[in-house]
Amino acid sequence: MDWFQILNNTAAFIIAPETIAYALAAIGLSVHFGFTGLLNFGQAGFMALGAYGYAISILSFGLPWWVGIIIGILAAVIFAILLGIPTLRLRADYLAIVTIAAAEILRLLFTTQVFDEYTNSADGLGNYHAGFRAANPLQFEGTAGFGPWVYNANDWWVRVFGILLVVVAALIVFLLMRSPWGRVLKGIREDEDAVRALGKNVFAYKMQSLIIGGVFGALGGVVLALPSAVTPSVYVTSLTFFLYTILLLGGAATIFGPIVGSVIFWVLSAFISNVLPQLLEADLLPFMTDVQVPAVRFILVGIALMLIVIFRPQGIFGNKKELTFVK
Amino acid sequence: MREVPGFLAGSTGGFVEVARRTNQRKKRLTAALFGAVLALLAISSTGVANADEIGTDEYEYVFSGNVKYNSQPLEDVLVKLEGNGYDAEVETDAEGKWKIGVPEKAEYTITIDESTLPTGVIVADDDASGASKKAEFGLTKNKSVNFFLGQGVRETTSLLDQIGERVVNGLNFGLMLALAAIGVSLVFGTTGLSNFAHSEMVTFGALAALTLGGTAYFGWPMLVAIPIAVLLSAAFGLGLDVVLWRPLRRKGIGIVQLMIVSIGLSLALRYIFAYFYPGGTQQLPGSGAGKIELFGSISLTWIDIASMATSIVVLAAVAFWLLKTRVGKATRAISDNASLAAASGIDVDRVVRYVWILGAALAGLSGILWAYFRPGVKWDMGTGILLLIFAAVTLGGLGTAFGALVGSLVVGMLVEVSTLIIPSDLKYVGALVVLILVLLVRPQGILGRRERIG
Repeated sequence: MDWFQILNNTAAFIIAPETIAYALAAIGLSVHFGFTGLLNFGQAGFMALGAYGYAISILSFGLPWWVGIIIGILAAVIFAILLGIPTLRLRADYLAIVTIAAAEILRLLFTTQVFDEYTNSADGLGNYHAGFRAANPLQFEGTAGFGPWVYNANDWWVRVFGILLVVVAALIVFLLMRSPWGRVLKGIREDEDAVRALGKNVFAYKMQSLIIGGVFGALGGVVLALPSAVTPSVYVTSLTFFLYTILLLGGAATIFGPIVGSVIFWVLSAFISNVLPQLLEADLLPFMTDVQVPAVRFILVGIALMLIVIFRPQGIFGNKKELTFVK
Repeated sequence: MREVPGFLAGSTGGFVEVARRTNQRKKRLTAALFGAVLALLAISSTGVANADEIGTDEYEYVFSGNVKYNSQPLEDVLVKLEGNGYDAEVETDAEGKWKIGVPEKAEYTITIDESTLPTGVIVADDDASGASKKAEFGLTKNKSVNFFLGQGVRETTSLLDQIGERVVNGLNFGLMLALAAIGVSLVFGTTGLSNFAHSEMVTFGALAALTLGGTAYFGWPMLVAIPIAVLLSAAFGLGLDVVLWRPLRRKGIGIVQLMIVSIGLSLALRYIFAYFYPGGTQQLPGSGAGKIELFGSISLTWIDIASMATSIVVLAAVAFWLLKTRVGKATRAISDNASLAAASGIDVDRVVRYVWILGAALAGLSGILWAYFRPGVKWDMGTGILLLIFAAVTLGGLGTAFGALVGSLVVGMLVEVSTLIIPSDLKYVGALVVLILVLLVRPQGILGRRERIG
């Protein structure tokens, strides 16, 4: 048992690109679900649009990296509008099923052979890093950092850029939610008819919320794409469910909930994936084999999601008065 | 829906493929005219493997053959290999020779594309079924497979026949979906829960049948294993209601919360299945049975026929239960108005328990039948059709059992028939687009009532 190595690998996930990407997407989901009460189950689709929008703009159209990010965001805005028009007038669980179906359609379109020229079908896209890396202000040779966080200049740039995005996103959500606009959103979450009776256009507010949260989702997809590659098999329905676990863990209607939730989610799952193989090697788990290890952490995620929703629906930071499960 | 390729293996649409091939042949003609260099260009631009050998460097097991007609070698004949989740195609060289490397020592189906043979020549091999042959390796790593060619008129499948075949497949698939969808619909109707863990009940049935009947496990005869697997599924539904759903109903938890609990349950169960049945797809005994020619071009295995018959009988029984029995009537009453039903003396809790048992048993049966249709059993198989089930239920009208039946048949047909027009890796997209359009135009579904949309 090499505890030092285990803890090292685990601590690395505090600022891993995955953690940052999931935090961003969960912030988007907190706008949808936490503050507006919209059951968006298609956040994986928004992330896929961000990632593919970024990669395809660079690879197929030769655009600069920052234009790629803007295109990913625009794609998410259009997707949100297309999704919102038919569904935002319907009941919550209809929205859930439509968004989940729409995200699956997107994934199938990115996976199919038909658009192979642009998407490289199931193999996904890579090698679009040159522009982003050239824009790196941190120019140094070799690696730098301390403790478990030692990376080269490119890896640091991805993390710094991602963390900046998270900070900006959290700040935007904080400012929006204490504005009159944010109070209307919370009003819609608590009682849609009451808000409508006050003369507010509920549909327009919901649509704005869907767009803003979707943009954060797309940015999460971009950050997920920045370090390595884009593969369609990542953007499955389970990804959205992991985001819900993160969101509910931290607290759905909070600013820091999604960020803390994502760190806990990734640190715990990294710990499990590091400690189990070592326990196996030390023959401490006679009832388990190598191939079973990956399943364990997902079993725990599922159980955790059930327990949180049943016993602490407001999450770690949430306020019991601000429950999102009103209906 | 990662299982799409395996699921498609038996039903790749002929339409698109034929079109591509004629296109390719045209290109080859031009190539012959403009010389070898151009030929290379044209071939590489089609993007299809056009060498006489494929996969022989990567894999150690190699099939080879020599295509000749009247002792004359035939060039550019397309030979296709399929099986074990692997497929490859190769064209014969100037001497009529071809080689295909394969990853595993297993049985593969090798097919000669008759449209690439000269006019009037067909595969006339007694060992072959149509233009296909099954081949296996003996003691060595090489196996030669040759076809006897003779004169004759090629049997082509007309568009009408293709539609017929797809419609029958669609009906079969739709009936399976209906078995699973009725459970989702009844649970939604009586408790308001959109149960995302229903896909795991489907998988549970298939895994139970595999465990009881599979040769690697207990190896019981399937006629015993399947009914017991369905009973186990029913017990599974009962267990879930006792342990989880009833306490949550008592606690008065909202439907959105319940829905997210079912998502957590779905994740946990799916990976518990992955824990105990890791690895790839396993086959139930008896799958891959030979096809029986029926009328026209429609040929089905006896399992397909038995599966459709089972679905129809079971669905009829469920319909009878809903319409004629006390509990069935109570179920419909609760779906209509739960408080009113409770006030008129119906024990809602008990009826909901029956609904969970019935829904789980039907889902388990549907999983077993689907395992024969796909074919194969895998830990995440249910996830692949969950959205199709939801599409069927929504299409028919949430909460109405007969709506679920109609919706399932429509979705099943749509998925299968749409492969005539769209590429088969997009066949689920059609059903999902229809789901969204239905919600846009008629949110209460085909058989639903306006008041349900809330």
